[in-house]
Amino acid sequence: MAFASIHVPDFLVQSIVRGEAWAGAHGEPELRHRAIALVDGNPPLEKVVAASEAAMNAGIQLHMAKSQAAQFRGVEIRNRSREQERAAHATLLDLGWSFSPRVEDTAPDTIVLDLAGLASLFGTEENVANQLARRAEGFRLLVNVAASSSIEAAILAARGFPGISLIPAGEEALRLGRLPVGVLSPSVEVLETLERWGVRTCAALAALPLLQLSERLGQEGIRLHELARGASLRSLVLAEPSVCFEEEMPLDYGVAELEPLAFLLGRLLDQLCARLTARSLAAGALRVRFDLERSPEKHSRSLDENPRHKPAPGIYEKVLTLPVPMRDSKMLLRLLRLQLQCNPPQAPILKISLAVDPARQRTAQGGLFLPSSPDPEKLELTIARLTHLVGDANVGSPELVDTHRPGEFRIRQFVPSRDESPLRRNFRKAATAFRAFRPSLPVTVELREGYPARISFRGLRGEVVAASGPWRTSGDWWQEDPWQHDEWDLEIHFHSSPVIRRERNSARCPQRGLYRVYYDAIRRSWFVRGIYD
Amino acid sequence: MAQNIAALRAKVEFDLRGRASAPFDYRDHKIIETVPSGIEEIDLLAGGLPRGGLTEICGPPCSGRTSFLLSALASRTAHAEACVLIDGSDNFDPHSAEAAGVELKQLLWVRCRNIEQALRATDLLLQSRGFGLIAVDLSEIAPETVRHVPLNAWFRFRRGVEDTPAILVVLDQEPNAKTCASLVLRLGSEPARWLATLENHAANLCVHPFARLLDGFDVRAEVLRSRIQPAVVARVSNGSAFACASGETGSFETKAIWNGTGNLRIDPRPKDPQTRE
Repeated sequence: MAFASIHVPDFLVQSIVRGEAWAGAHGEPELRHRAIALVDGNPPLEKVVAASEAAMNAGIQLHMAKSQAAQFRGVEIRNRSREQERAAHATLLDLGWSFSPRVEDTAPDTIVLDLAGLASLFGTEENVANQLARRAEGFRLLVNVAASSSIEAAILAARGFPGISLIPAGEEALRLGRLPVGVLSPSVEVLETLERWGVRTCAALAALPLLQLSERLGQEGIRLHELARGASLRSLVLAEPSVCFEEEMPLDYGVAELEPLAFLLGRLLDQLCARLTARSLAAGALRVRFDLERSPEKHSRSLDENPRHKPAPGIYEKVLTLPVPMRDSKMLLRLLRLQLQCNPPQAPILKISLAVDPARQRTAQGGLFLPSSPDPEKLELTIARLTHLVGDANVGSPELVDTHRPGEFRIRQFVPSRDESPLRRNFRKAATAFRAFRPSLPVTVELREGYPARISFRGLRGEVVAASGPWRTSGDWWQEDPWQHDEWDLEIHFHSSPVIRRERNSARCPQRGLYRVYYDAIRRSWFVRGIYD
Repeated sequence: MAQNIAALRAKVEFDLRGRASAPFDYRDHKIIETVPSGIEEIDLLAGGLPRGGLTEICGPPCSGRTSFLLSALASRTAHAEACVLIDGSDNFDPHSAEAAGVELKQLLWVRCRNIEQALRATDLLLQSRGFGLIAVDLSEIAPETVRHVPLNAWFRFRRGVEDTPAILVVLDQEPNAKTCASLVLRLGSEPARWLATLENHAANLCVHPFARLLDGFDVRAEVLRSRIQPAVVARVSNGSAFACASGETGSFETKAIWNGTGNLRIDPRPKDPQTRE
């Protein structure tokens, strides 16, 4: 046995239930006992396209009109969701890739794995099948697993037998013989012909002579005969491992408050993180997209302007770039909540889309003698909280800009390094530090023979007792905001005035100070850039 | 009576055997670990900066508080420790810090607009462990405002930094943390030092009266409060045993960032008497 097939029965229903059941831990009993019918089509011509076993037992039939289905008591009517089907299919593939890199994407509800070489990791085929089923339960999917040496036999067994099926080599025809011929997916005409002949099981089909069958049913007859005997041989068509991790959730009603939104986001993040964990990956960035409801005023205005035109709903997009890859759904939800609190959407949300840029999980080598450093995930949460407190542009690591313009810098993301500085110096002397006033304070300067002699600002007046300058700088004359400054370092002794005396009592007024003052030749004014401290 | 006490003590010691080696022995105070502040004179005076404690640096404007802070940040970031500066009034100058030797990549800068933001940011950062130095700069905020910070906030900060390897440094104009501080230093500065350019240069410049360069200023430091044990002080100060007590004073000098870069030739003449008036 070298192949295992995983099949999701009632795939359309399970994809819907999976999204609903994720928050709870009772997906299986809910699905087993709930009567759910899915409808699809344009209103009012919606028809039932899938139904759970309980709904079928209650009397629901496929292609039944929605109005008819609604008359059955206890049957839940849901709209088919292609987004959730795509997500469920992607989850199924992730389940396969979490075991083997050789996976065939057979159908939306079926995949095939190559089990070669997995014995050393997972043991026997029975263990592999059990673990596949268990992990699928973790993804809130109820699956059938079948293992066989033949790809087609494994697929047919997974589609036909519930639970786990192991087909030993050479017993394919015997084990598949009990399955109805409908499992072989024949065309409608061939199925009718076989029913007229009284051929209802694979064993009955396999017992027919091949030559006569081909004369009557053609190539399809030969194919069905091979499938029924389990003799069909083909190689695996490998699927390219996907790096797209996306979950979507359309909402029946617009969600305007953060708490219910956080509940839904948490559910989607749980799904995404489970998929990332299965692939041994983590989230490097989180992309959020909301389809927003249009506000009534805008709606009425647009309807007045152009009644036939129906504009697309508003879109809210946000990218949460993470400095370290993480896959803790609770941590991601906290970060997302803080982002949404800082920048909330302006209208109720009709559809949620979450996508993750996958990255390799962070690996770090600890050391006894390394300096302590903040835990990256905790640090990210702290920075998000600080950002919420003081604003986005006010938290980060300062970085100097390659320019001569005074006081220029930019704020970059804070990512501390644990490597000691290669230029580690022995600092034993203090550098004269400068404190900047942002923005620069306007100041009145009295000149004597062209040099600053008296100065007054912030209600303080003082004599210049020592000065150094002017230090002339200019630049960016080719741009819209050039500068041309004459800078002075001034040592000032402040006068004693009633106001100052009152302030001195509060120890606020300095007796002397060392300031950097500049004359802006473009604005023709004096300013204090800051103080030496 | 004495026999009863001795018997009771023996019984308690017997019952606690294996769990507490000597339950009635006097326990020494917890030894406070200190690290160099980056200024030799301050290390000699105060024994360095205490880890797991609150250090308060107070003084009027232009008293050398920021110079002290930048030295401490340079010292810690050079050891690859992550540091954070909570800037109460957005006065931090990255250029000056870079010139003082601060590794800016290791520094998280939180630019606050008022004291409430600064205090809340401090609470958040104390909860997020792992920082080597957390500096709270309240030095441009009016002393009356800082004085109204409730004592329980300082107590919370002390408790937050306790039993962690972090150093919490608060800069303000007056001492406010009271008994919550492990070390309180008051700084004050002397008039600035100026350097004149070379004489032949000055002649070429037609005797410009302000052709001089700021050299720096001297800073006086006084220990107002210290909980650091003398033994620890002696260890930090390379074995020079002395006790650190309140009222001890010292001084250090700051150097302008352009002094000694090698690009400017400065004549280290004595201070210009004109500028010392």
